[in-house]
Amino acid sequence: MTTQRHDFNAQPFLLEELPPVGRFSLRVRPGQREALAAALGLELPTAIGQRSSAGQTEVLCLGPDEWAILTAEAERDALVAAGAAAYAQIPHSLVEVSDREITLRLSGAQALTALTAVCPRDIDAIPVGRGARTLFDSATVLLWRDGPQDFRMDVWRSFLPHVRAILDKITVELKSGL
Amino acid sequence: MLLINCPYCEATLPELEFAYAGEAHIDRPADPSALSDEEWRDFLFIRTNARGPHFERWRHIHGCGRFFNAVRDTVSDRFLMTYKAGEARPVLNALEAAE
Repeated sequence: MTTQRHDFNAQPFLLEELPPVGRFSLRVRPGQREALAAALGLELPTAIGQRSSAGQTEVLCLGPDEWAILTAEAERDALVAAGAAAYAQIPHSLVEVSDREITLRLSGAQALTALTAVCPRDIDAIPVGRGARTLFDSATVLLWRDGPQDFRMDVWRSFLPHVRAILDKITVELKSGL
Repeated sequence: MLLINCPYCEATLPELEFAYAGEAHIDRPADPSALSDEEWRDFLFIRTNARGPHFERWRHIHGCGRFFNAVRDTVSDRFLMTYKAGEARPVLNALEAAE
């Protein structure tokens, strides 16, 4: 009788809930993008999915006139003040949505496999260092790809139990080698 | 699942990220109060219900959030092309010849 050996991954991926950060939704007409970027001291990328960062602040282009901004808690007020100061010359909408989302970090050998099990979009086609707003089961999430197997996912708070339940189920499936 | 090319994202993405938004190129009347009841009914409710190429609106709701227009064959479900909202209606014959 032979001994069967299973080489299943004990921990297919690591799921962490990251500490809260400042989050903003920025809308501005394309013609005034450069002026506003200079006023806020940020780079606003033009291609959808492209990211830029300055210090601890990260920007992701979501649409032709829409950006998501993540900042450190300490820099939040400075960004609001910069936006308010530029508002009269450059009409725009800078809305704080820090309380709306919670960031999950997925990393480890099978993080990509776990996401491809739920997201209809081809996750592997998102290059490292870019991001996308996409669908996770029925929840809209912001997906940031930091490495080949390293993702951050901004999930709306009300969807979080649903998202975590699905990820728990996937963990069980991956552990059992399905 | 249909694969739809979003003209704003410039990527071909799964249908689940999109929402259908009815027939395209229906202009709101400039002076609604001058219309008769029949004309107003036609504007609100009467659609072409095409068999074959159909001009329709889609929204990339779980992505860039933009509305755009598409030409889809209602028989084969094939997308002949997608183009940004506000662009002129493409000529059908040229599209079909290109297929």
